[in-house]
Order: sequence, then structure tokens, then C-alpha cells
Amino acid sequence: MSFLHQEVPLSWYLLLSAALFSLGVVGFILKRNLITVFMSIELMLNGVNLSFVTFAHQWHEVKGQIFVFFVMMVAAAEAAVGLAIIIAVFRARATLAVDRIDLMKL
Amino acid sequence: MNAPLHLWLIPLLPFAGFLINGILGARLPKWLVTTVALLAPLGSFAVVLSKTFGYFGSALIPAFQTITETCPNPWFNIGSLHVDFTFVLDHLSLVMLLIITGVGFLIHIYSVGYMAHDKGYWRFFAYLNLFLFFMTTLVLAGNVLLMFVGWEGVGLASYLLIGFWFTKKSAADAGRKAFVVNRIGDFGFLIGIFLLLANFGTLTFSEIAAKLAASPAWTGGVLTATALCLLVGATGKSAQLPLYVWLPDAMEGPTPVSALIHAATMVTAGVYMIARTHFLFDRSPFALSVVAIVGAATALFAATMGLVQNDIKRVLAYSTISQLGYMFLGCGVAAYSAAIFHLMTHAFFKALLFLAAGSVIHAMGDEQDMRKMGGLRKKIPITFWTMTAAVFAIAGFPPLAAFFSKDAILYAAFVQGTGGEILWFVGLVTALLTSLYMFRLWYMTFMGETRSHDAHPHESPWSMLGPLVILALLSIGGGWIGIEKFGAFLAPSVGAYSTESSIPHLEWILSGAAVLVALIGWYIADAYYRQKPERPAALAASMPGAYNLLANKYYVDEIYGALFVKPLLAGSRWLLEGFIDWVVLGGLAWLLGGIAMLSGAILQRWQSGNLRSYAAWLTAGAAVILIFALVVARQHGVIYLNILPGGIHGVGH
Repeated sequence: MSFLHQEVPLSWYLLLSAALFSLGVVGFILKRNLITVFMSIELMLNGVNLSFVTFAHQWHEVKGQIFVFFVMMVAAAEAAVGLAIIIAVFRARATLAVDRIDLMKL
Repeated sequence: MNAPLHLWLIPLLPFAGFLINGILGARLPKWLVTTVALLAPLGSFAVVLSKTFGYFGSALIPAFQTITETCPNPWFNIGSLHVDFTFVLDHLSLVMLLIITGVGFLIHIYSVGYMAHDKGYWRFFAYLNLFLFFMTTLVLAGNVLLMFVGWEGVGLASYLLIGFWFTKKSAADAGRKAFVVNRIGDFGFLIGIFLLLANFGTLTFSEIAAKLAASPAWTGGVLTATALCLLVGATGKSAQLPLYVWLPDAMEGPTPVSALIHAATMVTAGVYMIARTHFLFDRSPFALSVVAIVGAATALFAATMGLVQNDIKRVLAYSTISQLGYMFLGCGVAAYSAAIFHLMTHAFFKALLFLAAGSVIHAMGDEQDMRKMGGLRKKIPITFWTMTAAVFAIAGFPPLAAFFSKDAILYAAFVQGTGGEILWFVGLVTALLTSLYMFRLWYMTFMGETRSHDAHPHESPWSMLGPLVILALLSIGGGWIGIEKFGAFLAPSVGAYSTESSIPHLEWILSGAAVLVALIGWYIADAYYRQKPERPAALAASMPGAYNLLANKYYVDEIYGALFVKPLLAGSRWLLEGFIDWVVLGGLAWLLGGIAMLSGAILQRWQSGNLRSYAAWLTAGAAVILIFALVVARQHGVIYLNILPGGIHGVGH
């Protein structure tokens, strides 16, 4: 079980980060439901967060982790505002399909 | 002279009058407008008179001195060219100034009565004062450029005053026509100025004269070209062939304007200019003979047209053109002092004729058609007698003014040498025609029975009659000084001319001939217009071709219209507007607009409103940048993303 003693290589983390980010992108582009789109954005943010943490660990740098805190903070604020907007939109339009919400005015 | 009065007062007093009346006139009471308007020319006239007495001293002996006044600050300096505001008062400009300010003042007085009920009273006097400012500048100018300023300025004043009643289309059109035709002449004048500058390097009259005097062998060639260019300018301003067409139309202006600008002063500017630059013309026999031929031809041509006009002012307009032709003839035979002599007497009797005609028009209630006049002799006696003096004067009866001045020109033409007899003969025929059309006017207006019973003629106020009487006295006595004394006075400015002849008693013979043709003209007019008033119509009916040719003024306006105006209009419409404006400029504008519209049409497809397509483009863009940064740029040795320890740098190598 020698592999248990080995460290997970850098590339694995990066690959996972890239996979998460790509999933987010694909979901953002393809999904119609506004909530799903919103979740895809969170997925992208977290994919990026993972690569930040990875590099911070790799190079023993704390800056990367600080960036992650910033991102998480922004994401929390974004979630609060975004969900409020989504609720408002749903009340006005009775739909959450992004294709239908293509006019700036109500 | 040691007189404390400066020369610049002469033009600037009328200019002050123009500023006051032009800016404040609408708000000032009428008596104040009148006072300002009359004081300005009176002040100028007083200054000129003081200079005149300075000239003659106490014993009436001419003191041959020229006053030159230069503004201490230069006008401009370009390279070797220095131009100053220089005023020169010599014998020639003194005579001109006496005429301009003297006759101008009389006409200002007359206008007070004539324009009394006009809404634009203050505007009229502002323009008149402006005219005097420019005219005196023109005459006093010590260099060609300052003269040109005055030259253009009087053109402007003329334009403003011809179109004074601008709500009337014919008046506005006439003003424009005068301006455009004068521009053609001014173009020649400008080229003449450039030629002077190129060949003499200076524009000051005295320096040009000095340079010419220093090289006595220099004749013809470029001097001829310069003189001819100046002549073109003179023909425009003085209404000579072929640019005379504006003057008859200029009669649309108020009558005092016709008297001041289009008879006495402005139209003589061309004659003055030739006399002022006589040193140039003297060196070019060819240019001189062109001047003489233009003058003689214009004199005859205009006189024939004057024969059949029915508008009293138009008869006088053609008469003015014809008399200006005499002056050009005088200049053309180098008898400049004779030309200026005629200019002076003409200013008296033609101003009088116009003012008297204005009085007639006033009496008839703005009627200008002579066919509706007649029998005014007893109704407006003072106008009648002053007009009679002017008619006899212009017809050339001794001892009235024009007898002396016209004879001086005809005599100078006769003794001039080659072709002089022909010029003299043309002048004599013109004298016959002059007498004929003037007596025709006289008979149709004042004699016989009244032909219109609608009007109730009344004599004009004394503000109008006073100038008439003074001008009548001048028209009678203005020539008594005689050409010998007058010529001797002007000789320092314009030189003397030879009056020697091999034929004994030639002077008496020519004078007798001139009086004879004047009598013949009177006799014909008497026979046609007094004894049998139906004869002119019968004569016209018997020669319809000739009559129509004259009545339509030789179709010159039509010919000019077909030759110049129409091609110009067509060129403007089709080439400039149709091709340049619409096709070239419009095409360019459409091309630019089309590019913007086409690119907009392509780019607007991205603005689909589809959120997911935006996201896809966003991603694709980010991917392209990433690939560029990581792959392409790195292959060329540029590193945009640095993920080495020590931090993340935006740009590194």
C-alpha cells in the first residue's frame, strides 16, 4: 500500500479543478433553469478556488489561500443578491427559463 | 499746410455719423438723426474747404504743395512690402473731395426732404454717411491697397442703397446685380494690383511714379497688361462697356442715391483711378487707345439706348453712362485734366438732373413713367427752371458748364493724332444724341398738356429745392473757370496735354460744331415731341426692327444671360450641385454611413438577447486569450502568466 504514503501529485488537483470549472462552464451555457445556471457559477468559482489552494500548498504561499477567502466572500454575497433577484424575477415572470428572460424591462 | 485740421477727419467724420446713426438711429429722435447725418458731411466739407484756402492762400495763387499724412503705425509689413494708412491730398484729390463732400452735403440736405416719410430714415442716412467715408478714403488713399479698400467699400454702400427698399424684389435683384458685375471689374483691379506689386515691389502711388520716372525707356509690355487690368476695374465701377449693365438697374434705389452714388461720385471712381495712375497709362499707348475706344463706344452706345427709355430715371442712367464714356475718352487721349473737368461739371448737372427728377417723381406721387407726365412746367416751376438749366447744360449750350468741359474733351480728342478725328466724330454724334434725348425728356415731362389726371402735382419742400437751386447755379457757372486754368491747376497731379494744332481757329470751329449739333438735337426733339407728339410712335412703327433693338437695350442683358448667367447656373446646378455635391460628396457620406450600417448589421447578430450565447462567446473569448497566453506567446518567448514562487505577476519575462 505504498501509494498511501505518497502525496497526491499536483496535476491531479489541477485536473480536478479544471474538470470542476469546465462542468460549471458547460452547465452555465447549456442549462435553462436560472437556479441551475446560478449553481454552475458556484461550481466554476469553486473550481478556481481549488487551484488556488493547490498552488498555495505546493509553493507554501499563504497568498493563494487569502484569495480563496476573498472568492468565498464574494460568492456568499453573490448568492444572497442573486437568489433575491431570482425570487423577484420569478414573481414577475412566473418562469425561471433564461431564454424567456431576455428583456431588460418588465 | 500748417492747418491744424487733419486729413483723417475727412473720412472719419462721416464714419462717426455712420456709427451713431447705424447703431443708435432706430432709438434716436428724428431731428437728432438728421443733425448727425448732416453734420458729418458738413464737417468733412469744412475741412476740405480749409485745405482749399490753404492751397490758394490769400491772393488766390495756387501754392503747389501736396499734403501727405501717414498713420504712425504701419498697416502691415510683409517681407519688403510696407503698406501704411497714408492719405495724400494733392490737386487731383482736392478737386474730387470738393465735389464729393460739397455735392454730397447738398444731396444729404435734399434727402431730408425726400426721405422724410420713409420708415428706414435713419438707416438711409447711416448708409449715405458710410458711402462718404469709403469714397473719401478712396480719393485720399496714398497707395493702391487703401484705394481698393475704399473701392470695395463704395461698392458695398452702393449695394446697400440700391437695395434700400429690399422688400421689393426688383430692388434686391438690382443690388445683387450691381455687386456681382462690380466683382468682375474688381477681379481685374486685383490682378492689376498684383502686377503692380510684382513689378514695382511697392503699392504707393508716388513710389511707383518715381520708379517709372527713373526708367524712361520702359514702355508697353507688362505696363500695358497692368494698365488694362486696372481698366477692367474702372469699367466695372464706372459702368463702361462691357460692364455697364448694372447702372440702369441701379435706378431701383432712392433717387438721392442715384444722384450721389450713381451719377456724381462713385461711378466716377474709375475715371479718378485712371487719372491717379496716369503715369502708368502714359507709358502704354495701346492701353490708352483702348481706354479711348471704350469711352467713345460707351458714350455712343448708351446715348442710343437713352433715346427710347420711358422711365425718367433710366434716361438719366443711360445719360450717365454716356457722359462717363466722355470722361474715359478724355483719359484715353491723355487729357486727364479735361476728363476731371468734365467729371466736375457732370457731378453738378447730373446730380441736379437726378434731384430734379426726384422732385418730379415726388410731385407725381412716385410716378416715373414720362408718358404719364407732361405739362408740369407751371405746377412745379422751381423744379422746372432748375431742370431746364441742367438740360441746357448737358446739351452743351454756352455758356453753361458742360459746353466747356465737353468741348475740352472733344478738342483734345481731335488734336490727339491718329484716329483722333474718328473719336471726335463719335463724340460729336453722341453730343447730338445727348441733346436729343435730354430735350425729349424735357418736353415729355414739363411741356405740352398733362397726360395723367390722377396725380395732383405739388412743389417739393425747400429742403429739396434749396440744393436744386445751388446745383443749378453750379451747372450754369461751373465751367467758367475754363480748361486752361483748371488744367494748369491739375497739371502737378496729372500732367498737361498738348493742345497745339496746325489748323487755325480749330477751337472755334469745333465749338461751333458742338453747338450746332446741340441745336439740331433740340430741333429734332422739338419737332417730334412738341409740335407733333404722335410722330415718335409713327416713326417707331415704321422701323420696328431698329426700335425694338433700342427698346430692348440691344438685348445685351439677354445676351449676357445666355452667354454667362445661364452656363454658370447650369454649371452650378449640374456640375457642382448634381455631380460634386450629390455624387462625390453625397457618395462619400453615404459610403461612410453604409460601412457603419453594414458592420452594425453584422455585429447586431451577437446581440441576440440570448444569455447562453453570450456566455458561450465569453468562454470562447477567455479560451482564446488563455491559449494565446500559454501557447502562442510562449512560443515567441513572451510569458504573460507566471506561476513560479514569489507571487503572481501580470507581466513577466
